[in-house]
Order: sequence, then C-alpha cells, then structure tokens
Amino acid sequence: MTTQTPSKPAPSEPGLLAQSVASFGKGLIDVVSTIGGVVTLAFDVARWSVRRPFRLQNLFAQLDFVGVGSIFIVGLTGLFTGMVFALQTSEAFALFDAESLVGPTVALTLTRELAAVFSALMVTMRAGSAMCTELGTMRVTEQVDALETMAVNPVQYLLVPRILAGLFMVPMLTILFSTAGMTGAYFVAVGGLGISPGTFLTRTQQWLEPVDIYEGVIKGAVFGVSVALICCYKGFNASGGAKGVGQATTEAMVASALSIFILDFIVGIVMH
Amino acid sequence: MIDIVDLHKTFGENKVLTGINLSVPAGSTCVILGGSGSGKTVLMKHMIGLLHPDSGKVIIDGEDIVPMGVDDLQRVRNKFGMVFQAAALFDSMTVFENVAFPLREHTRLSEDELYAKVRSKLDLMGLKREVESKFPADLSGGMRKRVGLARAVVLDPKIVLYDEPTTGLDPITTDYVDEMILAAQQGLGVTSVVISHDISSAFNVGDQIAFLSKGVIVAHGTPEELRESQHPAVKVFLETWFGKN
Ligand SMILES: Nc1ncnc2c1ncn2[C@@H]1O[C@H](COP(=O)(O)OP(=O)(O)OP(=O)(O)O)[C@@H](O)[C@H]1O
Ligand SMILES: [Mg+2]
Repeated sequence: MTTQTPSKPAPSEPGLLAQSVASFGKGLIDVVSTIGGVVTLAFDVARWSVRRPFRLQNLFAQLDFVGVGSIFIVGLTGLFTGMVFALQTSEAFALFDAESLVGPTVALTLTRELAAVFSALMVTMRAGSAMCTELGTMRVTEQVDALETMAVNPVQYLLVPRILAGLFMVPMLTILFSTAGMTGAYFVAVGGLGISPGTFLTRTQQWLEPVDIYEGVIKGAVFGVSVALICCYKGFNASGGAKGVGQATTEAMVASALSIFILDFIVGIVMH
Repeated sequence: MIDIVDLHKTFGENKVLTGINLSVPAGSTCVILGGSGSGKTVLMKHMIGLLHPDSGKVIIDGEDIVPMGVDDLQRVRNKFGMVFQAAALFDSMTVFENVAFPLREHTRLSEDELYAKVRSKLDLMGLKREVESKFPADLSGGMRKRVGLARAVVLDPKIVLYDEPTTGLDPITTDYVDEMILAAQQGLGVTSVVISHDISSAFNVGDQIAFLSKGVIVAHGTPEELRESQHPAVKVFLETWFGKN
C-alpha cells in the first residue's frame, strides 16, 4: 500500500470563450447585487429621512458642498457646451438657410437632455467621489462603528443629508447649466455668427415649452438621487483599508456615470 | 449585566468564535486576555451589537440584543461607552467636538455646561487646553487614544468596553487609565470589559480575567485563580510575565 496519491493532471486552461463568459457573468452578478444594495439603501434612507432628529446642520453642509460648491464648474461647463453647440449647429443649419433654428435647437437639447446629464456627471466627479472616499474612510477606520456605539444611526447622520443634497441641488444645477449654456450660445450665434438677436430670442421662445424645462429638472432630480445613492452605497460598504476605499471610489464613479445614461433613457421613455 | 451564551462567529472560512460563554456581573471589571488575532475585538463588538453572531445570545441587563431591531439596539447602546483599539475619532471634528459629540446627541446641556463636562474628561486624561482645537490627524497615537477614552466616558455610561485602552501609552498614563477604570467601578458602579495585552494592568484592574484561545474562553476566574490555571495556553502566556515556576 502506498500513501502517495497519484498527482492530478494539471487542470486544462479554460478557453478564451469560457473566460469571457465567466468574466461577463461575474460583472452581471456585481451589477445585480449593486442594484439590490442601492435599492435597499434607498428605502432605508427614505425611512430615516422622515424621522427625528432632523439634522439640518448636516443637511446644509451637504447642500453647500454639493450645490454651491459646484456652481462654478457647472456654470463653466454649461457655458462652453452652449457655445460649442451653437457653433456646430449653425454651420449645419447654414447649409439650408435655417440659422434661425440655432436658438431653439440649442435650447431644447440643453433643457431636455444635456444640462441634466452633464450637471450630474460634474457632480459625480466633484461631490460623488468625495462622498465615496469620505464615507469609505470613515468605514474602514471604524468611525461608522463609533457612531453606532454612540447610539447615532449612521444612515440618518451621514447618508440622509447627502442623498437629499443630490435630490435638491442637481435639479438647480441643471437649470444653471441650461442658463449658462443659452448665454454661451447667444454670444456665439449673435456675436460670432451674426444671427440677429431678435431671431435668436423669439424663435427660442416659440419653440421652448415649460414642459421641456420640467423634463430637465425631473431628470436632474432622478440623476442626483441615483448618483448620491451609488456613491454613498459604495463608500459605506467599503472594506480593506486605503486600497478598498480606492476601489470603491472607482466602482462608484463608473456605476454613477452608467446610471445617468441608463436612467436618462428610461425617464425619456416615460416622459414621451 | 453582560451574559454571553454559546456565541459563534465565522468570517468566511475563518471560525473566530466557537462557543463563547462569559458572564460579567454588574459593577465588576472583566479583563479579556488572549493572543493577537484570537478574536478579542470581535467578541467585544458582539457585546454592543456591532457584529451579528451566527448563533448564540448576548444578554445585556436581561435583554438578548441579538434579535433586536435598530431602535431597541439604539436604546441599549445608550448604556454603553466604547473605546476602540485604533481610537476611531471623527477626523472631520476637533478634539473638543469629538468628546462633546455624545453630549450634543443625547443631552441638552448649555454650551457652558458642555464645555465644563468635556474639559473635566480631558483633564482626567491629562490633555491640555491647547489640544481641544486640534484635529485627530495632528495628534500622536497615545493622545488619540486618550481622546477616545474621554469620549467613551463623557456620558458616564453604566458599561464601558475598552479595547486595549493602554496599548501605546507611556507607563504613567497607563497607570492613570488603570486608576480611572478602578475609580469608575468603585465610585460609580460601572461595569467594565477590558481587552488587554498588558498582564500587570490586567491583574491590577480585573476582578475577573477571561482567557480567550482558539475561539473559546479556556480559563475564567479571579486573577489568583487564573494564576493557578493548568491550561497550557494560559500557562505559556503568563510565564512570559511571571516567569516559570
Ligand atoms: N470584519 C471582519 N471581517 C473578516 N474577518 C474579520 C473581521 N474582523 C475580524 N476578523 C478576523 O477575526 C480574527 C480575530 O480578529 P480580532 O480583531 O478580534 O483579533 P484580536 O484578538 O482583537 O487581536 P489583536 O490583539 O491583534 O487586536 C482575525 O483573524 C481577523 O482576521
Ligand atoms: Mg483587537
């Protein structure tokens, strides 16, 4: 009798196809579990947001950080987006003498689509990343645990103000973006391309309906909540020290950006 | 006061606690000894509901906290103060605001009363006035630990959990902290659980000492009883301090 077991044959390398399928499958599982986690968190946040004590100080700090702090960068992005857009469309419309439509085209695209999407992307990069790293660091250094031992609910104390800030401030920034964008478009169209100010303004007024502005604002609110929820969720559940926080932030940025584009499509369908 | 019954906890494959039974009577101080990585911190986090066991009971003042929801848990946690191994100070707040935090959350003191209270706890820890406005990142490890101690006791809780309160402190401050634990017990009837690596501290402050090894409490009793323990892990641990008999 021998105690030696025959050495197993080396496992065959899984084929490229199998590997891709496996990695796709893993990605899908990650997506589903993140969505599940974010939705659960959303209910938790909703429940805690209507309970006392209302933490106004924390809320104002976040409104300031997410909203006021993003004014410059969102305004600037809006201005340039409007300018570029006016430049491009006027060139195209000039081909069939329809320059008068530059104003309405820029206005509709901005209010319905671009303002909300771009504002939310800027907020994700500026405020979302900070939310995620801050919460992640608090988690891995046990500051979240410390809050809990002091009988303070961390969802209420840390997350509710951030999610509400996303909900209130991104729509405002969306309006700011559109306004800045239209200003930029006006200067390019009127100043640079010689379209008459009267044509630009009256045509825009004729075409733009309040409902277009509502659409942008609603999208802003939806994106604001989803971005804040995702960034908070990833940070709040970070583990594994500085490396884990970095990884959580990367994931949060990717997931937030994706959620903006997917929700943009979904809200678009619902509203038309 | 604290009764732990047949507590099990596994992280993935890692069986950390495998049937802990421990009882800490009201007004006593229990020191938990054990090697690094033996699960002392994990055990302590179960006592305050920060970790959820796979099975077993954690009974605080006659109530099992394991099945409790957030609201009940929050009520029970008001009886506790906890010192974290790595202090866990809020790094967005100054030292003063860190220590004042539990007071702001759970009392309605005026700013003057608040200041007096915080100051008295910082004094107890030998932390001077100029430290108050500093941020945790600007403190030494030992100072951070002391701020964590001050924050844990600022509400004068009935139960205090200390996770290695004196690790990283100089001998004089260590004696200070030991005295504080003893004074709280004798003067205010506080129940304390202390995780320690420092055997002289352990024998100094503990009414009872529990030795954690391989997921269970292998020896438990008064310091004298523990000295006589025949369990090999305990003997090896104590020999490093007292020398071989
Ligand atoms: N949140 C967690 N997730 C996974 N494993 C954990 C977690 N917390 C602790 N562990 C594991 O549990 C075991 C015990 O950890 P614990 O922190 O309780 O040790 P300890 O006795 O406090 O050690 P030390 O004296 O070094 O502080 C370790 O193997 C650790 O890896
Ligand atoms: Mg520990």
